[in-house]
Amino acid sequence: MPKVKIPRKSTTVDMTAMCDVAFLLLTFFILATKQKPPEVLKVKTPTSVSSKAAPEKSILITMTKDGKVFLMLGDDTKKSAIIEDFNTTRGLQLSAAELAKLKKAEYIGLPINKLKSALDMPQEIPANLMDGIPIDSTNNELSYWIKSITNAYKGEDLRKLQEMMLVKGDGEALYPIFKSVKEAFKANELFKFRIVTEGETVPLGSELYNTGKTEKK
Amino acid sequence: MAEMDTSSGGGHKKGPGVKKPKKNSTRVDLTPMVDLGFLLITFFVFTTTMSQSTAMSMNEPKDDPNQQLKVKNSGAMTILLGKGNQVYYYFGQLMPETISQDFKSTNFAGIRALILEKKKATPIDDLMYIIKSDEKSTFKNAIDILDEMTISAVPPGHYAEVDMVPVEKMLIKTTEDANGIK
Repeated sequence: MPKVKIPRKSTTVDMTAMCDVAFLLLTFFILATKQKPPEVLKVKTPTSVSSKAAPEKSILITMTKDGKVFLMLGDDTKKSAIIEDFNTTRGLQLSAAELAKLKKAEYIGLPINKLKSALDMPQEIPANLMDGIPIDSTNNELSYWIKSITNAYKGEDLRKLQEMMLVKGDGEALYPIFKSVKEAFKANELFKFRIVTEGETVPLGSELYNTGKTEKK
Repeated sequence: MAEMDTSSGGGHKKGPGVKKPKKNSTRVDLTPMVDLGFLLITFFVFTTTMSQSTAMSMNEPKDDPNQQLKVKNSGAMTILLGKGNQVYYYFGQLMPETISQDFKSTNFAGIRALILEKKKATPIDDLMYIIKSDEKSTFKNAIDILDEMTISAVPPGHYAEVDMVPVEKMLIKTTEDANGIK
C-alpha cells in the first residue's frame, strides 16, 4: 500500500482579498458620506433629547451669537420663486442680473434697504460684516421673507413646508431674538416649525426614559 | 513542494534535479493593512453618525384672546428663566403677603426634580407649567426648559410660553442683585 502523502498546508491565509474589501468599504464610506457644507456662520446649537433627524432640504433661519439673523433657502426648486416674490411684494426693483446674483447667494443676511447696493458690489460681503435680517418688533423683515416663502409654497402641502422650516440658533443668542423669530412665523400663520439641535441621550431614570419613548410629538 | 512554507503561490513545478537559487518571496503580510483598513472604516462610521443634528418640533399657539386658557391655581407652576442660567419658580399665584417665600430660585440641575414633583402631586387635567423667559436669558435656556418638559414626559398642551409681567421682572431683578448674578 502506497504511503498516503498528506500535503502540509500553510495556515496563513491570503490577506489580499480581505484588504481589498476593507479598503473598498473605506472608500465607499468616505465617498458616500455627505460632506458637511462649509459653515460660514459659526453656530453652536443647544442639545435636546429629540431623536428625529433634521431634514436635508430645508429653509433654515440661523441666529448667531451676536443676534444676527440669516436666511438660507435650501430648496432649490422654490428658491427663485421665493426671491422673485419678495422682489415684487416688497418693491425692491432689482434688475435681472441682481436677481440672479441673489439667487446664487448661499444665504440672505441683509436688510431690505441695503440689499440692492450690496448686490451691485463686485465682491460679496463676508458673513461677519453682514447686518443680518432686521427682526425688531417695529421692522420685522423676516416676516416679509416668510410671507414670500408661504406665497411660493401656496397650494402645496403645508405640512411639507412646516417640516422644512428650521430654526437654528446659537445657544448664547438672547431670548428676544428667538421670540422675534417666533413672531415672524406667527405673523404668517405658521404655527409649527422645527428647531435644529444636537442630539442628546435621554437621562437615565427620567420619565421619558421610563416610558421608553424618545419622541412623542 | 520545492519551496516550503510561506509562499505557496508562484512556485512553478520544476523538473527533477533542477536546482534553483532560493528566491525570497515578494509577498508582504497584509494583515496589518487590513487591520488599519477596518480601523479607519470603524472610525468613519462612528464619527459620521455622531454629528447628526436633530430637529425638535415646536408648536406655537394661535394668539386668540377668546381662547385664553384658564389655569387652576393648584395645578400651575410658573418657571421663569433669568440670566446666568438661573431658573426661578413659584406655584400657583404670587400673593403679595407671601411673595418672598413663594418666589424661589434654582438652576437647570434642580428644576427637573421640581417639575417631576409637581407632576406627581397634581392631577393631570389641572397640570400646567407656565414658562416665562427673561430678556437676558438665552436661546439655550428656552430650548433646555422645553427639553425638560419632554424629559419629564409632560404631555403637550400642559406647558406654555407666556410673556413676563412687570412684577416678575422686578422680582428677578432683586433676586439677581441679592445673589450677585451678572
